Amino acid sequence: MRTTRWSRLALAAVGWAAALIIFFPILWMFLTSFKTEITAVATPPAVLFRPTLENYAAVLRRADYVQFALNSVVVSLGATLLALALAIPAAYAMAFFPTRRTKDILLWMLSTRMLPAVGVLVPIYLLWRTFGLLDTRIGLVLIDSVSVLPIVVWMLFSYFREVPPQILEASRMDGASQREELLFVLLPLSTPGIAATALLSIILCWNEAFWSLNLTTVKAATLTAFTASFADPEGLFWAKLSAASTLAIAPVLIFGWVSQRQLVRGLSFGAVK
Amino acid sequence: MATIELRNVRKRFGAHEVIHGIDLAIADREFVAFVGPSGSGKSTLLRMIAGLEEVSEGEVRIDGQPAQNVPPAKRGLAMVFQSYALYPHMTVAENMSFSLRLAGAPKHERDEKVRAVARILDMEALLDRKPRALSGGQLQRVALGRAMVRQPKAFLLDEPLSNLDAALQAQMRLELVRLHRELKTTMIYVTHDQVEAMTMADRIVVLSEGRVEQVASPLELYQSPATLFVAGFIGAPKMNFLQVRVRDAGPARLTVNLPNGAALAVPVPDASLAAGDRLTLGIRPEHVSLGAGELEGEIQALEHLGPRTYLHARLADSGGLVVQTAGDTAIREGDRVPFRICAEACHLFDTAGQRLRRPALAGSRL
Repeated sequence: MRTTRWSRLALAAVGWAAALIIFFPILWMFLTSFKTEITAVATPPAVLFRPTLENYAAVLRRADYVQFALNSVVVSLGATLLALALAIPAAYAMAFFPTRRTKDILLWMLSTRMLPAVGVLVPIYLLWRTFGLLDTRIGLVLIDSVSVLPIVVWMLFSYFREVPPQILEASRMDGASQREELLFVLLPLSTPGIAATALLSIILCWNEAFWSLNLTTVKAATLTAFTASFADPEGLFWAKLSAASTLAIAPVLIFGWVSQRQLVRGLSFGAVK
Repeated sequence: MATIELRNVRKRFGAHEVIHGIDLAIADREFVAFVGPSGSGKSTLLRMIAGLEEVSEGEVRIDGQPAQNVPPAKRGLAMVFQSYALYPHMTVAENMSFSLRLAGAPKHERDEKVRAVARILDMEALLDRKPRALSGGQLQRVALGRAMVRQPKAFLLDEPLSNLDAALQAQMRLELVRLHRELKTTMIYVTHDQVEAMTMADRIVVLSEGRVEQVASPLELYQSPATLFVAGFIGAPKMNFLQVRVRDAGPARLTVNLPNGAALAVPVPDASLAAGDRLTLGIRPEHVSLGAGELEGEIQALEHLGPRTYLHARLADSGGLVVQTAGDTAIREGDRVPFRICAEACHLFDTAGQRLRRPALAGSRL
């Protein structure tokens, strides 16, 4: 593509516009969390206002933030680790020992993401009740890891495909067992890809609300449930809800910020190599 | 130290058979080259010996033991890949010692062996570098070194020189021959380059479309190719081929008509032929000489190589002929020149591409 000065400017403008559109709701939520409930619903919306920490105080008084945050951390890390443990061997097999059915299996896995989660809510709920998994972290870890599994397998599959198979064959000739080949050669070679996959999976699990709302009540509830509990059918709650939301996304936002270099590198791993 | 034996080995990918029943015995300490054009199955055959590719039918034996159910790691063979396939995340020393690490050798032993091999290959200075900081020739050395450290029963080399420039190739060819002599190990070398095969191997296996065309020493292949394919594949420039017809099948000589009608008596007795049968006559460029003879052609191009010159001539019947002559030839492009064919050096091939047997070559100057 020929890049003239004008086309560069236009591209930059489009990029900034997209970023602003995506960022604006978060910014608005952040601002709202410092308003009083009255200013929060004012029309026209108040841009200049006297900030207050009242909402944060109220939110933290009403619920044990640390408990919810801890659940979020445990569940998203646990689900990601479990998903990786299942997906690495699966992606390895499909990338290096493909059969005629490999493509079909990959598509089928992806197709499970097209099913709305609510479609399986009743059977999952009954299963979880039977096995005593309701309102447990392990129960949430299980369901979250299965729901990110297709994406994790797909991503790992495409990263593994970038690794020249001769390198694995060389390790086989060198005497490596399948486990050693995976551990000493394939995994170190695909570290950026695995890191990006893990980051994405953590973010997806962190933001997962449906199962957290339906399968947990108090003990294992995550920050998404914490946030949702501040929505009331009536009364003024926007400012407090915004404060709760800000608290809920803060850890993963900081985490994403810190790891964004890794994330971008991993996501464009194949393209730039 | 290993013998390798193939018994009626076949390879199928789905319903498609790519290796059609190969029998081959490779002796201990032999340097064997598999040579053939791309798609001839030479790499597949090597990978089956390595265990990286399953054998669909038949048997691979290493040191007399069936190897089918032995994984590559346990066969005791080392392989050098065309792409080198070094571990990019490890240093040269780590690359080389990986097999020893897997085998559980203690660190001092690993270091010792790596250093010894590095000394042989003259690359001690590279040990701490990562592969991405190395040149093509250095990568090649590391790949060889990684194979050597294991002290394998046999080396399998899959086009190891094809990514190097010409000067480095020539140097590495000599080095590989030297290594083979010093290591006293069986080597199987896959290449599409007949020069590599001719200069290094004790024996050459010529493959075409999944079949063995001929197994012989380099000179034997050159002097008595068993098939039209081998005749055309071995030798550069290629052997000349002329379409001829039998005029008279005598008890000691076979007289054929060249395309221009001239007669040539070739010392190949074959009673099964009758006048009018079609044959292909093969003659190497060095066995055609200038001077009044059977053929005449117009010179279209000259290749001056210094010690000799190759003349590319167009014959009257519009076929081509390559002739080797002296380096300081006075012939110019466009000249019309007569050629003489050395009848004793002719090869005759039947329509199936098989060479007609000729009497023993004892004392022959060919």
